[in-house]
Amino acid sequence: MTSMTQSVDHVALLPAYLAAATAVLVLLTDLIVARRAAVLAVAALGALATAAGAIGVGLGDDRQTFCVPGACSFVANDRSALVATLFALLTLGVIALSAATRDVPPGEYAFLLACSMTGGVALGSAGDLITLIVALETLTLPLYVLVGLRRRTVASAEGAVTFFVVSVVATAVTLLGAALLYAVSGRVHFATLATGLPDLPLTGAAVVLVLAGLAFKVAAVPFHAWAPVAYDGAPVPIAAYLSTASKLGGVVAILYAVVDGFRPALDLTGPALAVLAVLTMTVGNLVALRQTRMVRLLAWSSVAQAGYILAPLGAFMLAEGRTDEALSVAVAATVAYTVFYVLLELAAFGAVVALRPGDDGGQIADYRGAARAHPWVGAVLVLALVGLAGLPPGLAGLFAKVVVVRSLLDGGAGWLAVVVALNAVIGLAYYVRVAAVLYGPSAETPRTRVPWAVAAALAVVTLAIVVVGFVPQVVLDLA
Amino acid sequence: MRWLLVAVLAVPAGGALLAAFLPTKAGQVAGTVAAAVALVLSLPLYRDSWFSYGPAAVRPWHEVDLTWVPGLDLRFHLGVDGVSYPLVVLTALLTLLCCAFTLWRAPAPGRGHTLVALLLVIEVGILGTFLALDLVLFFVFFEVVLLPMYAVIAVWGGEDRAHAARKFVLYTLFGSVLLLVGVFTVVVSAGTADIVALTGGGELSRGTQIAAFILLAIAFAVKSPLWPLHTWLPAAHTQAPTVGSVILAGVLLKMGTYGLIRVAVGVAPEGARWAAPALGILAVAAIVVGSLVCLAQTELKRLIAYSSVGHMGFVLLGVATLTTTGIQAALIGNVAHGVITGLLFFLAGAIKDRAHTGELAQLGGLREQSPWLAGILAFAAIASLGLPGLAGFWGEAFAVVASLDKGGPLWTTLAAVAAVGGALTAAYFLRLLRRVTHGPAVGALDPPGLARAEVVTWAPLVLLALAVGLLPALVLGMAGDPVGALVEAVRS
Repeated sequence: MTSMTQSVDHVALLPAYLAAATAVLVLLTDLIVARRAAVLAVAALGALATAAGAIGVGLGDDRQTFCVPGACSFVANDRSALVATLFALLTLGVIALSAATRDVPPGEYAFLLACSMTGGVALGSAGDLITLIVALETLTLPLYVLVGLRRRTVASAEGAVTFFVVSVVATAVTLLGAALLYAVSGRVHFATLATGLPDLPLTGAAVVLVLAGLAFKVAAVPFHAWAPVAYDGAPVPIAAYLSTASKLGGVVAILYAVVDGFRPALDLTGPALAVLAVLTMTVGNLVALRQTRMVRLLAWSSVAQAGYILAPLGAFMLAEGRTDEALSVAVAATVAYTVFYVLLELAAFGAVVALRPGDDGGQIADYRGAARAHPWVGAVLVLALVGLAGLPPGLAGLFAKVVVVRSLLDGGAGWLAVVVALNAVIGLAYYVRVAAVLYGPSAETPRTRVPWAVAAALAVVTLAIVVVGFVPQVVLDLA
Repeated sequence: MRWLLVAVLAVPAGGALLAAFLPTKAGQVAGTVAAAVALVLSLPLYRDSWFSYGPAAVRPWHEVDLTWVPGLDLRFHLGVDGVSYPLVVLTALLTLLCCAFTLWRAPAPGRGHTLVALLLVIEVGILGTFLALDLVLFFVFFEVVLLPMYAVIAVWGGEDRAHAARKFVLYTLFGSVLLLVGVFTVVVSAGTADIVALTGGGELSRGTQIAAFILLAIAFAVKSPLWPLHTWLPAAHTQAPTVGSVILAGVLLKMGTYGLIRVAVGVAPEGARWAAPALGILAVAAIVVGSLVCLAQTELKRLIAYSSVGHMGFVLLGVATLTTTGIQAALIGNVAHGVITGLLFFLAGAIKDRAHTGELAQLGGLREQSPWLAGILAFAAIASLGLPGLAGFWGEAFAVVASLDKGGPLWTTLAAVAAVGGALTAAYFLRLLRRVTHGPAVGALDPPGLARAEVVTWAPLVLLALAVGLLPALVLGMAGDPVGALVEAVRS
């Protein structure tokens, strides 16, 4: 019997510590100072410190902790640093966008966001299925409350309940899958799972269950119905968080599970993920065509985008004779698309917040002529929408589509590339409709002032979009 | 000379920014100056030389080759040769004329500087497409024109503009996404996106070439547009403002036919040979259908729009023969159509502005009310129907000749039917002239005379239509060697 005491590498855990400390500090600030601005400022500084910590740890050597022989539960490497940094920066952006959100209690709001960030930061370092699921739940759990936090609205509560019920079921499904996997193999660590899984029907069932549960988190069809309700009920900055950070969490979890853990069992899942991707992009785009509320339209569009994100992995799982090279192409495409997508989506929601500070997303018709009253914000929203459609001048979005189509053709899934391409046409139909409304003739709309924090966040995101549009290699190098 | 290639793109791009951010009048002037500078810069790109050495089928006069996104095989690789040079100059010229025309009269609802900015962005996209020697770069520039053109139609268009603009953007995006898939089908299996290296088919297997050619051909057929994928064109043309129609017909459509020659035929010659009979049949069908539809049209701009379908049919027939004569005919047909149809749309706009209707039934007596307008319209229509001595003749005549030369029952029949289609073209243009210039005066034209701005913008097109007609060597001279090399690469 070896000793059960473990040495814990606290440096590897530093970003997670910083994120958790942010949550605690926010709570204390709310107790002591009780000023909205102070609370948000502390949360923002904490997020910034977390990002800095993650980058700092990432620049150093790879670290790992909580190890058993042959595998570790918590790893700190370049990949985890990228994920943690993205989560911290997204949280920072959402906090900035929240400057105008008045109908929520600020202390609880910022605390819950910081908790969610902690989950995201830890997620990047997950080395086993249990850590992965716990981190993902830490990321999601605060969101149930955040969605329902708006005072005096039924939509908010409705969204929260839908989200909660669906998400809990999803987690249960994932846990069941993990448990079955443990039952057939006796393992939970990705490193040991990857060495081989018993070729049993149960293994396939377990893998499919885990993936299905994770598909809820990215709102992939047919596990998507919660997204429009939850997005539309939530305060708009939280909708932004759901469609960026929360979705990023789902993508990271799927990547880690598929790439690190389930490689030996991928034959058993067959075309499941490819079918899921096709359904997700097609249904998302078709339903988005008929939306009349802004946030719902963005929600359905983000469902469709999840399809594009899943497509490269789906194609990889279809392919005969999966090579390491093909896998790295698929993963790189997924990561690159996700980074482009997250930037564009944050800009879109940020522009919605800037056009209607403190309000909900409203009807699309309410935006008639908004780009004339706010030329800069309107231009950013159009840039983001056009980018999501994958057209110039949204070069970032164009290259995102190019990356995915290229990886699909590289993986021999030409038909999937054609499906993605045709979906881009359907997508443009509704993005361009919104863009046309923004520049439409309007009855004089009262010009509202954009809070400086919102404006600053929007400016930074837009700058990032323009830069990665002209130098997409930066993102491709990350992946 | 290398910086000149970049400058030809950078100047209009800078001009677009200036035009967008300066106040209305200053912005328009700045944009027009930028368009003029771009034209002046594009002229010295010409180089009277053909390197006889080197194995490549594409031998650009000038080249710029810089790394952009290595992860996507995307290089900033520009070059110009005898195939692209006439189109580059035509694009720069037409954009300048349109910007200058807008200076004189911006269509409702005004905001001429924004319109000029959009026209310049479109120019960047079109020039970039003609200059790109990298497949992925070609695709990126191909996409650039979509939304600015959408905005031009949707904001400055006629009554049904929203619908027409939407149809335009969705239809042409459909073409573009197929182009994306086609481009990467080639790039992924060849491992390079360099058009110079890929021309002639390189190492691509027959299956890949056929798949790529089908995708690329459909993509370019939507853009050109080739029958039966043309249905967005009449709506877009009828609703677009005059300058929008001119750019659309004059040069934007040429991206499709140019792409067909340089990319589809050049990169997937096996596929082109395989599809040639089908292309030829479609081309002749387009000629006949386009002419018949034109005979039944009652609206001026719609008629001119449909006439483009027929003319593009001749261009496609030329390409489909895959012979030197045929492709040369396609190139000169391209340029001639750009000049003449550009002029025709300027004239249609002028007539509609004056008579407030485009219905042929409500037009008439133009010759008596406005002899100059009637005269130029007659000139343009006769040039368009292919009278020898004017620009339209060479493309149509030599497409038929090339088809005859190819021999065999199929191509001989196609040539004969195309010739009948050419006669139909004459029929509908003469019908147009009879109705509009000669018929009894129906409505009043206000003002009857031509403004100086109109004379200035139309004169270059009239002169070019004459010059290309009398001296086809202006275009064919420089295109001869590159086309010969291309045909040789395609044959082997």
